[in-house]
Amino acid sequence: MSVERTMTPPQKPLVIANRLCKTFGGGRSLLGPSAPALKAVNDVSFEIFPGETLGLVGESGSGKSTTGRVLLQLEEPTSGDIIFKGQNLTGLSKSLLKPHRRDMQIIFQDPYSSLNPRMTVGEFVAEPLIVHGVATNKSERNDRVAALFRKVGLDPSFMTRYPHEFSGGQRQRVCIARGIALDPAFIVADEPITALDVSIQAQIVNLFQDLQDELGLTYLFIAHDLSMIRYLCHRVAVMLRGRIVEIGPCEAIFENPQHPYTQALLSAIPIPDPKIERNRRPIAFDVNANPIPEAATLRTVGEGHLALVY
Amino acid sequence: MAPLLEIRNLTVVFDTPAGTVHAVNDVSYTIEEGETLGIVGESGSGKSVHALSMVGLIARPPGRIVSGEVYFKGRDLLKLSQRELLDLRGKEIGFVFQDPMTSLNPVLTVERQIAEPLRRHFNLSKNQARERVVELLELVGIPNARERIGQYPHEFSGGMRQRVMIAIGISCNPKLLIADEATTALDVTVQAQILDLVRDLKKKFGTTVIWITHDMGVVAGLADTIQVMYGGRIMERGPVDTVFEDPRSAYTWGLLKSLPHGGKRGTTRLYQIPGNPPNLINEPIGDPFAPRNAFATERCLRETPPLQQVEGSVPGHKAAVWYDLREKLKKQEAKV
Repeated sequence: MSVERTMTPPQKPLVIANRLCKTFGGGRSLLGPSAPALKAVNDVSFEIFPGETLGLVGESGSGKSTTGRVLLQLEEPTSGDIIFKGQNLTGLSKSLLKPHRRDMQIIFQDPYSSLNPRMTVGEFVAEPLIVHGVATNKSERNDRVAALFRKVGLDPSFMTRYPHEFSGGQRQRVCIARGIALDPAFIVADEPITALDVSIQAQIVNLFQDLQDELGLTYLFIAHDLSMIRYLCHRVAVMLRGRIVEIGPCEAIFENPQHPYTQALLSAIPIPDPKIERNRRPIAFDVNANPIPEAATLRTVGEGHLALVY
Repeated sequence: MAPLLEIRNLTVVFDTPAGTVHAVNDVSYTIEEGETLGIVGESGSGKSVHALSMVGLIARPPGRIVSGEVYFKGRDLLKLSQRELLDLRGKEIGFVFQDPMTSLNPVLTVERQIAEPLRRHFNLSKNQARERVVELLELVGIPNARERIGQYPHEFSGGMRQRVMIAIGISCNPKLLIADEATTALDVTVQAQILDLVRDLKKKFGTTVIWITHDMGVVAGLADTIQVMYGGRIMERGPVDTVFEDPRSAYTWGLLKSLPHGGKRGTTRLYQIPGNPPNLINEPIGDPFAPRNAFATERCLRETPPLQQVEGSVPGHKAAVWYDLREKLKKQEAKV
């Protein structure tokens, strides 16, 4: 496989998020005043280029999963646009959206709850093919599923088995097979290795890379393991309280972080080396004491490297 | 001096409809007073179950302690009555569990939950207990402690809830604190704060700590001794510096090698351990890691290697292997 993964920058983005906002709650309730609206995603903009992996990191509740879901139109944005392959997806009706759906897929964190326990894993992988009327003939469909199984490193003879017979790593392979069944261009991977055993994580990370090399996939990779992000991604976006506080090439973010939260986040990664670890002093950053001003904007601080300055 | 805790030949199984799950297989080790032991392993390694069984916290049935002795300050915990265990848990041995969402009672105030062990073990009055609760919450870094004690768990963030769990764990100044994946669900920045807090506690009170995790980085920063478990057995154990530098079990070696180590995109492919974790329903025969181990010998599949001092390494560095990993690696290098 190719080890060289250099990017040729001047091309059109595959996905554009333009000033996305997603607000939860805040409506008036029948039973008295409701909780104030929560801006889960607040004025988020970025582009992802074909064949690129953009990492999205941040604390729990920072809005990274919601961003991924809004991007795929699994949730409607409160405002803002999603432009996919040059077409604005926001406001499209269900039927107009459907042809785009096969082009963008999601892989979830927990392969234990995202598989249907009453379906064989073969049926599970075949389901998107049926929904989109791709392989209507049963034997053709079986062949496709078998090929998908091989592609993700599973024996096709497993197709007739049920999820409970599989380990976490194998289940995640099944989910990935389903994710790539319709030959999508774009995949949102929402913490896909977090729930897996340590000895299995490297297998799945390698699989993601192999599939990207082979199929030219574009990823939004949501994670909180920053060492894996550095290993996997071309660029990284750091989210805090619904906003992107910093975005840029992986190297720039890791070597020269500009926002104090990014600095705190990077300084907190435990390093598997006792000698380094004993002397590491994490930088503290208290979000509550340093709220982000609503008017703060991203400014260029380096080549392709933007940070929220205020 | 006698060790604070000594576990001898602990074997625990679970009787399930699918068969007998061999969760902990013949585990023996000691921990000295003031020591921090980091136990690393993945799900099914026996790391949590063995700790829970020590203090009678596994449901029996389906759990069954087949054999073993667990000496804590000279007493065999496995022979204690429920009542004696109740006197011990929380007071002498503090526990911090993984998931603060499910381990805290949602309908009781935080004060009530932290005060419970205090009132039980020290017969404190409500007011005395309240003062101690405030003190504890301040110690674990919860701001406005006095105002927050009357709140319920849902009013706390995940990180704050984990701090409440730690406050409960250390409330009675236990001799031994057992933390089971206590920071796994937390953000790295919060995790860093909690680890700092544990280091402080050790300095202040000389607490002995067993820190169970799957994160090699956390163990590197916190532990004096690392113990690697797999398939219900101890695969390797020793001073952290030694084990990280010179692992002798192929499993430890593989785990360390599969981490990105600050690697950048496109540099090298991650090393991956092949295969899947063992199915513990099968009778444990041989080295549990052997089926996934490229260096395994014929003997590894048949016979279980005992945990033995590594020849030529520092005292206390032990590994359960039939092969010589260093030689195997040298040979492999020569081939490439």
